Order: sequence, then structure tokens, then C-alpha cells
Amino acid sequence: MTRKAKIILLVAGLALAACTNPDRFGADGTAGGAGGPGGAIVPGSPSDPNSPAYFNQTIGDRVLFAVDQSTITDEGRAVLDGQANWLLSNTDFTAIIEGHADEQGTREYNVALGARRANAVREYLVSKGVAGNRLSTVSYGKERPIEICSNESCYAKNRRAVTVLAAGLTG
Amino acid sequence: MRFLGMVLSAAMALCAAWTPAAQAQSEGPLRIEITEGVIEPLPFALPVFEAETGDAGSLAAQISQVVSADLSGTGLFREIPADAFISQITSFAAPVQYADWKAINAQALITGAVSVQGNQLAVKFRLYDVFSGAEMGDGLQFTGTTEGWRRMAHKVADAVYSRITGEGGYFDSRVVYVSETGGKDARQKRLAIMDYDGANVQYLTDSSAIVLAPRFSPDGSRVLYTSYETGFPRIYVLDVGSVERRVLESQEGTMSFAPRFAPDGQTIVFSLSQGGNTDIWAMNIAGGGAARLTSAPSIETAPSFSPDGRQIVFESDRSGSQQLYIMPAGGGEAQRISFGPGRYGTPVWSPRGDLIAFTKQNAGRFHIGVMRTDGSEERLLTASFLDEGPTWAPNGRVIMFTRETQGEGGRSSLYSVDISGRNLRPVRTPEGGSDPSWSPLLK
Repeated sequence: MTRKAKIILLVAGLALAACTNPDRFGADGTAGGAGGPGGAIVPGSPSDPNSPAYFNQTIGDRVLFAVDQSTITDEGRAVLDGQANWLLSNTDFTAIIEGHADEQGTREYNVALGARRANAVREYLVSKGVAGNRLSTVSYGKERPIEICSNESCYAKNRRAVTVLAAGLTG
Repeated sequence: MRFLGMVLSAAMALCAAWTPAAQAQSEGPLRIEITEGVIEPLPFALPVFEAETGDAGSLAAQISQVVSADLSGTGLFREIPADAFISQITSFAAPVQYADWKAINAQALITGAVSVQGNQLAVKFRLYDVFSGAEMGDGLQFTGTTEGWRRMAHKVADAVYSRITGEGGYFDSRVVYVSETGGKDARQKRLAIMDYDGANVQYLTDSSAIVLAPRFSPDGSRVLYTSYETGFPRIYVLDVGSVERRVLESQEGTMSFAPRFAPDGQTIVFSLSQGGNTDIWAMNIAGGGAARLTSAPSIETAPSFSPDGRQIVFESDRSGSQQLYIMPAGGGEAQRISFGPGRYGTPVWSPRGDLIAFTKQNAGRFHIGVMRTDGSEERLLTASFLDEGPTWAPNGRVIMFTRETQGEGGRSSLYSVDISGRNLRPVRTPEGGSDPSWSPLLK
């Protein structure tokens, strides 16, 4: 696949995701999308293993953390192994890893905590062979929750690091 | 500003005899001791200031209203309604009928006069201790432009507050904060500046990028803050007058946030996050090389200088949870000062140097509290689902902070409370508000 085609697919994937969920890539973990594994492969859909949609929805674009922690869980490792494999076979993509915290914490501490979480994911992916110059990190602290209730069911989903794909190498 | 004469030496003598009292007294000279909290606010009468020129009537009424609101807003004073007045103040120069004000239990009487010449405004006032039957201090006059009428009202109120409490005033001051709109998952933030009482709001940035935690320079002319306008958190300095801004740190692969001025107005400290680790750094705002002040694998952030510039209080989770530490301004060994249950963050040194305000998180609740600089005498002033980010009034006697409500409709707004924990009240802003930073007293 040409790089141009991949960019088009990435954009298509973004547009599709934007229709279903206010969050950036629409995936809420590892849930499969419309064309799950086993069906016919629709290029650019979550069933196409080289598509960003597959990365975001079939593999899962995010990992979750315990309260005030940045340790990658066993579940998280399984997701990140999938992310690493995908990045290793789709080398035209870079990623920004976004670290987030729940609202139970002071603002600046949570920026620092989100930085820890994003970095933990970055280090894991690098340990699996993804080139460090393809991965940057940013922390949003508690500024960008995806769930808005004030209890643990929402907090658990907000304590996350999301790997956001971008087309093109950083040089 | 000029003195009006009418110096009553008796009033000066009374000053020396003032003794601390926990509440306003009906006998003896006027005095309020703020640190002990006031149970019974001191009743004052403030007849609408006299309009000395034909077109000063509406400004005189507005100025009187602001002076009164400033004083009542402290919780230390209570305004006696005008319909209770027995005598009227027909002229600023006429002698005061003390018996008439005593009869309605007005302990302080504030009279004033306003004149307008073109766009020039003059406001003068006198303060009387009704039960001593004497003027308290000299009459004062403030002059300026009609546009600045609120500031002159605040200056009158500051002078009255100061004379009665013995503390510096804080009404003629501003607050920079983050103005917020939208739900919790679609929040828009922009920097705003306002008078301390929520009047005269002006927006300093648009809401195209997240902005966090602004802080005034020691002279109030500039603001440090964090913005995501490049996609990454970076520290900026903004000139309040021109609204021009410039980035201060933009090293690739890093994030910078939590910037604060040193008292010299030239040095700043901030947090720099590299490889997941956050430490405190210092740099010269003119662009001097950055120096690292902490070097630990833990999170070090939220620094705040002591007013003498010699020490920095900050938060660190080096012990396993967020706690407060003090280190020399140039870095070096830090002493932990917080030891109670729970987590402590966002320490802010009082402008008087005596106390440190902080956010405490314990047992699912958030508190704003104060402690002495050695960590002793911890006092929690508030409790709610989420209180955070205290900032000090210029006189070190009142704290403003962010309160966020719980749940899906959660919204941030500004509150103030005095250091005795009394007089908790919302600060009205046109939109939601967070991360206030109080300016010094304006010049």
C-alpha cells in the first residue's frame, strides 16, 4: 500500500470514528467494530489488519491505570504488544501517546502523573522494538476526561494512556 | 491624593490604645482582629456620598454602593440600611450628630463626597468612630478619571478596612483566572482578568487551546501560565497591558508547566517533564539558561517562593504520596513540612511570609488549608467534593480558590474564605472559573 493510500485510509478512519463517539478515535478499549475478525476484510475497516481502525478498535488504542499509578497492567501489556506489532509492520506511522488522569487530584500533579503514564507506554513500545523517534508523549492531566460521572466507573476509564496514530515519520 | 486637614490628634492617641478584640465592641475604639475571626460583624452607616458637582450624582451612588459592598463582603462589617438613619448627611463639611448614629448602633460612620470635572473624578471620605465621638484618621481624597471610579471606591474601602483592622487592604486588586465554558468532556478554557470582586472581566486569550494556572508577576504587569497551543504544555509569559505573549520553554520532547515568578520578577521556577519524570527548574525570564533545582525520580511540582525569595515550597510524591517540602531557592536539601493524613498539594506562600496555603485530599474530600511554614498549626478552612488551588489576597488574610461540583454536570467556580475559615463566599464570574491568582495591591 502506498503511503498516500494509507493517509487516505487514516483520514477515512478518523471520519468514521468521529460519527460514533465524541472521543478522538471512538474506541473504548478492545471492542471490535462493524467488521470483526472472521468477516470479509474491508480495507480501512477494523477488519483490515493494516488499518488505523484496526489499531484503534481491534487492538485497542488505550491502556488503563490504577489510582495514582503508572504501572502497565497485564491487560495493558496485551494491548501494547498488539500496538507494537502493528507499528512494526506499519512503519509509515508515528504516534503521540496521550497520558490522562481522573479528576481526583490537583491539576498540576495530574499533568505530571499523565506524563508518567504516557512515558510508561512509550517505554514499553520501545522495549518491543518500536523506534523511539516515532513516539512522542503529551499529558493532559485531568483536562480531557471521556467519562464525566464522579465515581470509580468513570474514573477507571479516564486514567488512561491513548496511542494516537499520525501519518508520516518525524524525521 | 492629598490630606484634607482636620487631623484629630485624639484619634491618633486612640490608635495607640487599641487592643485586640475577637469581636466588634460597642464600647471603646473600633478594632477588628481578623485572625481570631469575627462572630458579630461591625455595624457601619454609609450615607450615599454627596455629589459636589451637578453631574456626579450617579457616580456618587455607585461609588457608595461599591465601598459598602467591599466592606460587607469581608464578613467583618455589616451595613445599616439607610431607612434606619435618623440624621442625614447633607454636607460633607457639616459636623456629625454622633447621638443620631449611636442611636441606630452604627459603630462606624463613613461619609464621602464626589465631584466630576470633565472626565476627572475626585472622591473624598471621612471615617468616624461613633461611640468615641471622633474622626478616625484624616479625611482622604483620591483623584483619577471617571473611567476608574471602581478603583477609587476600592481605595476608599481599603483605607476604611485598614484603619479599623490594622491590616493592609486588598480591595484595589485584580485576579487573573481561567474562564471556563462547556461540559466536563468539552470544556473550553481561556485566560481572564477581573477586579477582585468579579467586575471588569477582560479575556486575555481565546479558548482554542487549554490554558492552566496563571500567576501574576510581583508588580501585577505580567502573567505566567501554561498553554497547549503547540499541542504540548508549554509555559508562557503574557503582558497584561498589550496582551502579547511569548513562550518561555520549548525544548522538544519535554513538557513544561506550573510556572511562578520569584519576588525579583526576573527569575521564574517551573516544572519540566522529561522521559516521564517531572522536576523543578529555574530560569531567567529574559532567556537565561535553565537550572535544575530538584533531581529525583518522583514528581516535583507546584513551586512557590517565600516573599523574601530565599526559599521555595513545593509538592513531591517522593515519600510515596503528595506532600509539601521546603528547599533553598537555589535547590538543595528539602525539608518535609506536611505530616497529617492524606495528600497535600499546591502550596502557596502567604505574601506576609507567615503561612502556607495548600490543597489537602483526604478520605474522598478536598480541603483548602493553611499551616505555619514549619508545618505546625495546620488548619483546614473548607471541605467539599473538590476544592483546590488557593491564592492569597495581598494582605494575606483572605484566600481565593477553585471549587468544582460533583457529577456529570460538574462545574468550576471561584470562592473566597478568610484565614479563620469564616466568610466562605462565591466570587461571581460571567462563566465558570478556576485557577485564580490574586495580584498585589495596585499602585
